[in-house]
Amino acid sequence: MRVMIRSVGEWFDRRLQLAAPIREMAEHPVPRNTASWWYVFGSAALTVFLLQIVTGILLALIYVPSGAEAWSSLQALNHDVALGWFIRAMHGWGSNFMVAIVLIHMVQVFLFGAYKFPRELTWIIGVFLLLMTLGMAFSGQVLRFDQDAYWGLGIGASIASRVPILGPAVVKLMLGGPIIAGATLSRFFALHVFVIPGLLIGFVCLHLLMVLKLGINEWPMPGRIVKRATYTNEYHELTKKDGAPFVPYAVWKDMFFAAFIILAVAACALYFGPFGPTGRPDPTIIQTVPKPDYFFLWLYALLSLLPPSLETPALLIGPVVVLAALLLLPFLSGEGEKSWKRRPIAVLTVLLIAIILGTFTHLAGFTPWSPHMNAWSSDPVPARYIHDSTALERQGALVFQVKQCRNCHSLGESGGQRGPALDSVAVRLTQDQLIRQVIQGGGNMPAYGKNLSPAETTALVAFLETLHPKGQAPARDASRDVAFTNENQPGAKP
Amino acid sequence: MATKPALAPSTDTTMSRRGFFMKLGILFNGLAASVLAIPIVEYLFSSITRGRANGYLSWVPLGKLSEFPEGETRLATFQNPYVMPSDGKTADTACWVRRIAGEQFQVFAINCAHLGCPVRWFPQSGLFMCPCHGGAYYRDGSRASGPPERGLFEYPYKIENGLITIQAGELPTPGAAIAELTGEKPPCVS
Repeated sequence: MRVMIRSVGEWFDRRLQLAAPIREMAEHPVPRNTASWWYVFGSAALTVFLLQIVTGILLALIYVPSGAEAWSSLQALNHDVALGWFIRAMHGWGSNFMVAIVLIHMVQVFLFGAYKFPRELTWIIGVFLLLMTLGMAFSGQVLRFDQDAYWGLGIGASIASRVPILGPAVVKLMLGGPIIAGATLSRFFALHVFVIPGLLIGFVCLHLLMVLKLGINEWPMPGRIVKRATYTNEYHELTKKDGAPFVPYAVWKDMFFAAFIILAVAACALYFGPFGPTGRPDPTIIQTVPKPDYFFLWLYALLSLLPPSLETPALLIGPVVVLAALLLLPFLSGEGEKSWKRRPIAVLTVLLIAIILGTFTHLAGFTPWSPHMNAWSSDPVPARYIHDSTALERQGALVFQVKQCRNCHSLGESGGQRGPALDSVAVRLTQDQLIRQVIQGGGNMPAYGKNLSPAETTALVAFLETLHPKGQAPARDASRDVAFTNENQPGAKP
Repeated sequence: MATKPALAPSTDTTMSRRGFFMKLGILFNGLAASVLAIPIVEYLFSSITRGRANGYLSWVPLGKLSEFPEGETRLATFQNPYVMPSDGKTADTACWVRRIAGEQFQVFAINCAHLGCPVRWFPQSGLFMCPCHGGAYYRDGSRASGPPERGLFEYPYKIENGLITIQAGELPTPGAAIAELTGEKPPCVS
């Protein structure tokens, strides 16, 4: 039996001649200390990518890339097809895992100085792999053709339209027509299923080929300086002196982690289920609060918080600067220290970026900048605020509710957070200041002068003046008392 | 290729002959590629070229005048004039119609001038509010607060046979033909 298998194997290898190069690849020596759990993220990213290909093909068996039917086919996947929901969930969670693992891999490579000579091109191709991964995440969100996808495309188109001169053309190219419709979904399907995966496969092969040809980055030792003239010899010396064959010496950790990641994706898919779809992509249904997927939440927050005048420059120049910085990195610091222990600025940069992205993502979780569209009808004024109040003040509380002040201002912890909470507004603003603020607006508040009658304004301000903590007097214009008592200083109010 | 430095003069002429044919072959393939490229590029960019000279825009009716009471702002929907079979519900578009008085109207795009999310009208406070990034507009479409740099986009309109008709067909974004058609841009605060 064994002899037969052997002879069949030999028959094939006589013709394919692949056994020798594969054995050579598997057994190429790697520095002993790279057989570390820190070195498993690259292979994990590849594992999740392969998983995405498999689950993606499975989804394509049912999914219909048509503006008219995509949403219903997703519903069918979720509810009618046996375990369709699980495959959708695996693909959705696989996407999240892939972005996360690619980012972790990138941070590890950066902190271990692996982008330095001679691995500059490996890093550059890695940057493109990151861009493609994000492109897959965004186009995948579009294929989940629901309300979020529809309005997300609108946001993409609005950003693209700000490109000088070419803007309108870029929008039509992106949408495949004048509006977000069937042609838009079809072209994102082509991007998500053919164009980007094809590029990804090609670039992944190049990336891997270079890892094999140039050798895996050795464990960075503080004080071991990379020099172009000597590095290659030093590396070969190291693998000769302290090397071990990749298979099986290092590969078992990659295999364990790959299996762990697949199980983790499956566990998330099983426990949390698939993502959406949310409401039907019908643009006439405007009762919707669109939100991007997790990895674009930071951008969502940034777009809300940037000052209007800075937004277009930041949107158009920011990505170019970031991309240029990433691509130039190996040329600007291609030599020198690899160890993070001797590169404090590198460590601080990673921490700073992580904190910024984390903060923005956290903020996007509760969107303090968005008005709460239903607060005026769903969050009543707390009863304690209208206890012992006069008829006028109660009327003011009604005006406060009816005129949707609640959508942007909270009372008793409920309501919008776009404007400041008003629980103690009377301590901060005097009566005159309250009237001025309500009528003229300002500081990002619309002017309500045209929408409030004088009686409504009077009532509203009377109510607002009651909003101060017990034992703390409302603000009052001190100069006014002086003006009243001292006739020599008329009009002392600023 | 490897024999290049050791060439004898006699074989040199045949090599240049082969070299010539190879160059001719490259040229021939270049010609074939460009013959192929012209239709491909035209196909790829067809959505742009058609959009030139406002090829997507046409007049679409929103409804009878009587459906829009004076002094009020109502939601109206219309089907986009350029429809593909795969569009489904996405061919429909909503807009806000404000009848100021008589035949004086303002028709606002549903898309926030910031990043295109659907704005909602709140008659009580007289504001359009955007759920995404917190843009707000007054009843006349001018910017009230938030990140938008300008007021709401307006569709050109006309009254025909008791119907209000708007010129539409493109996603309203800054720089789109629709944004230029209305001419007047609502005043920007800030």
